[in-house]
Amino acid sequence: MSEHILEVRHLSKFFGKNEVLKDIDFNVSQGDVTSIIGASGSGKSTLLRCINLLETPSSGEILFHGKDVTGGGISQSAYRAKVGMVFQSFNLFNNMSVLDNCIIGQQRVLKIPKEEAKETALYFLGKVGMTPYINALPRQISGGQKQRVAIARALSMKPEILLFDEPTSALDPEMVGEVLAVMKTLAEEGMTMLVVTHEMGFARDVSSHVVYMADGVIAEEGDPKEIMVDPKNPRTREFLSRFL
Amino acid sequence: MFSQLIADVVTLWGKYGKIYLNGIKNTLILAITATAIGCLIGFICGILQTIPVSKTDNIFKRLFLGLVRVIIRVYVEVFRGTPMILQAVFIYYGVPYFFGHVFKSIWAVSLIVVSINTGAYMAESVRGGILSIDPGQTEGAKAIGMNHFQTMLYVILPQALRNIMPQIGNNYIINVKDTSVMFIIGFSDFFSIHKMVSGAIYKYFPSALIEMIGYLTLTLVASFLLRWVEKKLAGSDSYELAAGDQLVMAAGTYNSPAKGSPFDEQSKEFGKELYKGVDEGKEDGANE
Ligand SMILES: Nc1ncnc2c1ncn2[C@@H]1O[C@H](COP(=O)(O)OP(=O)(O)OP(=O)(O)O)[C@@H](O)[C@H]1O
Ligand SMILES: [Mg+2]
Repeated sequence: MSEHILEVRHLSKFFGKNEVLKDIDFNVSQGDVTSIIGASGSGKSTLLRCINLLETPSSGEILFHGKDVTGGGISQSAYRAKVGMVFQSFNLFNNMSVLDNCIIGQQRVLKIPKEEAKETALYFLGKVGMTPYINALPRQISGGQKQRVAIARALSMKPEILLFDEPTSALDPEMVGEVLAVMKTLAEEGMTMLVVTHEMGFARDVSSHVVYMADGVIAEEGDPKEIMVDPKNPRTREFLSRFL
Repeated sequence: MFSQLIADVVTLWGKYGKIYLNGIKNTLILAITATAIGCLIGFICGILQTIPVSKTDNIFKRLFLGLVRVIIRVYVEVFRGTPMILQAVFIYYGVPYFFGHVFKSIWAVSLIVVSINTGAYMAESVRGGILSIDPGQTEGAKAIGMNHFQTMLYVILPQALRNIMPQIGNNYIINVKDTSVMFIIGFSDFFSIHKMVSGAIYKYFPSALIEMIGYLTLTLVASFLLRWVEKKLAGSDSYELAAGDQLVMAAGTYNSPAKGSPFDEQSKEFGKELYKGVDEGKEDGANE
C-alpha cells in the first residue's frame, strides 16, 4: 500500500457548478516520471494544484505515504515542503537574489542554519548551471535561467516529489532546451516527477508513465511508448495527431 | 523696504530663534513618531484585511476575520471622514468624561490623534500595496511550505513596501504641516510659535517668512530622503557575476544583460558549458 509515494483517490474538484476534475484516480511510486498531457482546459493544472493543496479538492483523498493530506491531519506546510512545485510563470521571489531564492525556504520552513542552507543552494544552483548568476535578481536573468533557478529552489527543499506545470510554455523556443535538459538529468538521477507538459518529445522519451486527460477525467494512461505510438482511445489519438 | 524686511527677520530670529527651533523640534518629533506609529497601524490593518478566508476554514476563524474587517472598515471611514482638528478636541475634552483624567498630556493626545489618522490612510495604502503584488509570489512561497505570516514577512511586504513608500512620504509631509492644528488643544508646534511671537510684537510678515522657510526645509529634506530610500529599495540594476567552481578572477560589477554590457565576455569565460540559452538584449555577436 505505502509503496506509493502519492495516491490520488476519487479526487474531484468543482469551481462553482463546474466540475473540473471528475473522480481522478492514480498513483505515483518512487522514481516515477509521469507526464500529464491533454487539451487546454482539461484540468491538468487544477490536478497539480490540488495535489500540493494550492486548491482545496472538493472531494476524494490524496494520500502521501498512505496518509491523507486533505483533511488537515498533516501540517500543510510540512507536506508542501516535501512536494516541490515548478510553475509555468516561474514565480521566483522578485525581492531576492537567485541565491536567496534557494535559501529562504530551507532557512524559514525547514529551519536549516543559514550556512548549511547556502551550501545546499549552491549545490543545486550548480546542478542547473546557474552558479555564475547567484547574485542576480530574477528580473536580471532570462526566462530559461529563471526556470532553472525555480527548479533549483524546489530541489533545495529536498522534496520527495517534484511537480511541474508546463515549465517550458512561457519560454522562447531557444530556451526550452536548456530547461528540458535539466529535467531530463533529474529524471535520470531518479527524481520522482509529475510533469504537465505539451512537449510530446519529453513525454515520449523521458517519462516512464503517461497520463492523458480529457474533460476532467483520465482518458488513458500507461507506458509512453504504447500511448504515444499506438493509443487505444480515439480521443488520445486525435489529440496526439495534432502534434505530428 | 526690502532691507527693512531682512532686518526684521534677523531681529526676530535673534530674539526668538530658540523658540522657533523648539517649535520645529516639537513638530518634527510629533510628525516622525506619528507617521511611524501610523504606518505600524496601517501595516497591521492591511495585513489583517488581506488574510485569505476560504469556505473550508472553520466557522470561528471566518467569524473572527469578518469582525476584524468590519472594525477596520469603520475605523478607516470614521477617521478619514472627520477633521483631525475636531478629533483632537473630541478626544482631549471627551475622554475624561468616560475615563476620568486619563488624557492630561497634550503630547499624548496629539500623538494618538495624528497616529490614528495616519493609520487610517495607511491601512488603505498597505492593503492596495499587498493586493498589487502578483499572486504568483504567494503561490511560490506557499509551494515551498511558507505559512501566511512568513509569506507576508519575507516575500510580499518587502515588495509592497516599495510601492507604498511614496504614500508613507506623503503622509509624513502632510503630518509635518497638519500637526499645526494641534494648537487647538495647546500643543506648541512650529506654527503656534508664529501666533505667539507675532501676537506679541506685531511682526506678522517677517515671522510668516521664517515659518515658510522652516516648513519648506522640513518637507524638502523629507522628499529628498524619500527619493533616496526609494532608490535603495529598488535594488541595484547590476549584479556581480560569481566565479564558477574555482576563483577564476575577482568579479567586477557587470551590468545586467538587459542593458547590453561586458556581460557577454564573462559568460564566454565560465558560462559556456553551463549556459546554452540566449539573453535578451545580448549583442548578436555572442550567439554564434
Ligand atoms: N480558479 C478557477 N476558478 C474557476 N474556474 C477555474 C479556475 N481555475 C481553472 N478553472 C477552470 O477549470 C478548467 C480546467 O483548468 P486547468 O487550468 O486545470 O486546465 P489545464 O488543463 O491546465 O489547461 P492549460 O493546458 O490551458 O493550462 C478550465 O475550464 C478552467 O476554466
Ligand atoms: Mg494549465
